[in-house]
Amino acid sequence: MDEMLRDLYQEVILDHGKHPRNLRHPEGANRQARGYNPLCGDQVTIYLETDADGCILDVAFEGKGCAISIASASLMTEVLCGKTEAEARRLFDDFHRLCTEDGFTLDQAAAEDRKALERLQVLSGVREFPVRVKCATLAWHAMTSALDGGGDATTE
Amino acid sequence: MATVETVRTPAAGDNSVQAFDVERVRADFPVLGQSVHGKPLTYLDSGASAQKPTAVLEAMDEVYRTCYANVHRGAYYFSQHLTDRYEGVRTKVARLLNAASDQEIVFTRNVTEAINLVAQSFGNRLSAGDEVIISEMEHHANIVPWQLLRDRGGINLKVVPIADDGSFRLDAYESLLGPKTRLVALTHTSNVLGTVTPMKEIIRLAHKAGAPVLVDGAQAVVHSKVDVQDLDADFYAFTGHKLYGPTAIGVLYGKADLLKEMPPFLGGGDMIRSVSFAETTYADPPHRFEAGTPPIVEAIGLGAAIDYVNGIGMEAIAAHEAGLLAYATKRLGEVEGLRIYGQAKEKAAIVSFTLDGIHPHDIGTIVDREGVAIRVGHHCAQPLMDRFCVPATARASMGLYNTTDDIDVLVRALAKVKELFG
Repeated sequence: MDEMLRDLYQEVILDHGKHPRNLRHPEGANRQARGYNPLCGDQVTIYLETDADGCILDVAFEGKGCAISIASASLMTEVLCGKTEAEARRLFDDFHRLCTEDGFTLDQAAAEDRKALERLQVLSGVREFPVRVKCATLAWHAMTSALDGGGDATTE
Repeated sequence: MATVETVRTPAAGDNSVQAFDVERVRADFPVLGQSVHGKPLTYLDSGASAQKPTAVLEAMDEVYRTCYANVHRGAYYFSQHLTDRYEGVRTKVARLLNAASDQEIVFTRNVTEAINLVAQSFGNRLSAGDEVIISEMEHHANIVPWQLLRDRGGINLKVVPIADDGSFRLDAYESLLGPKTRLVALTHTSNVLGTVTPMKEIIRLAHKAGAPVLVDGAQAVVHSKVDVQDLDADFYAFTGHKLYGPTAIGVLYGKADLLKEMPPFLGGGDMIRSVSFAETTYADPPHRFEAGTPPIVEAIGLGAAIDYVNGIGMEAIAAHEAGLLAYATKRLGEVEGLRIYGQAKEKAAIVSFTLDGIHPHDIGTIVDREGVAIRVGHHCAQPLMDRFCVPATARASMGLYNTTDDIDVLVRALAKVKELFG
């Protein structure tokens, strides 16, 4: 099997794609947004529960999509808990670089993001598949949109 | 360069029609010799856009190199020469569709523009409460222009439901026709399901109700012989790039008496008779609808594509593709967990499918690594995806250069998809 494909579809991705974590609509959610990829019709809705200080207490999602977009949403819900708004946004910046920049390594990321990025690194295979970057970042765009006050985010 | 390992023969084609040598045809298409990711290209996306034969490339190149000028303007030789050739393509298109006159052929950029032309020019005469009928299997290009018209003019849009096997429901259609129906706008062949709609009967019923019919022929013209007079179609649209021609050249056929009564679509040069600040008068059809410098060289390319297709023969192409469709349906049907969308009796060589538990987008990426180009996504037909409760499908669409080997390569690639997803 093609190595680039193996890099893209690592076991962790296939596992999260088939058995996504936090696939639910939490009752305590106070922010939400829908992410939409017009290219393939994939949709995810991200739910966030934040406290008065903007700290993320719970993250979950609902939606349908390809293995990459669902695995990415699932992994995102696992790394965002306990982060502040600002930390979540910064992590997305670093994650975006991880998905798009050739030669980007974790020591180039903010020190506080490295642990989460180690977990997200399984998604870096999309670098070789530019059309799939949108799949990997769909949930993150929606998460940012939820922090901004809700509404729809698209990967366009 | 790709090499062909086995003899390619059209499977189970109609023997009554002269078959053609598909290997020789393939040699006419330079792109088919390319490799992708180290694998020979297997191109199964002609429904999105077809590849171009050398004859088309050379015809366009020759114009740019030897006689390029603007048309309808110059008193000099090249301009007159190219105007004659440009207008000559109109004649070729008229013959392709069996239109009664060249003057019924309007050049557009594509089908989308052709439909928008009708929606604007013909559509603006409609008033609130008037009805336009479309169907569940329309391409966005035959949905959104009518929604825009609805927003502008308050018309009502009626949607014909389709059957589970993807066939057109004449009964449902007939019940939607009524005294308020002002236009019927339907596809001749679904770009997703491959369904060929019973257009002659659709048009007969519409005319009985007093409504003209616009046919989206983007997929139909490439797979079969179309005769607008036999159909009695009022408008018929197709595009060059799916017919092995260049992009940015499309055609709107319109009956002369309809076009004559229609106001201009876009204003500008070439579509006028005389212009003053007080009053401007417009050219007769078809030039009334061709504002600005047209896609001159693209039209020449389309002419070359029509000659090419005619040289092989549309009946032979249809027979070849019928064989491919039968083979693809059988072979894909044998893949466990594969579901085909669209099993209408009358069907073009387009097969949409899903694999259990694997998203089409993932299928597309993985088969691409095997050199296989298929379309995955909603195919600009999101309401149809909703109808079948899927976010997307994978689609193999075949053209005159495809072979049963191409289908075998796809089936082997799908096995790799399943292997990866365990």
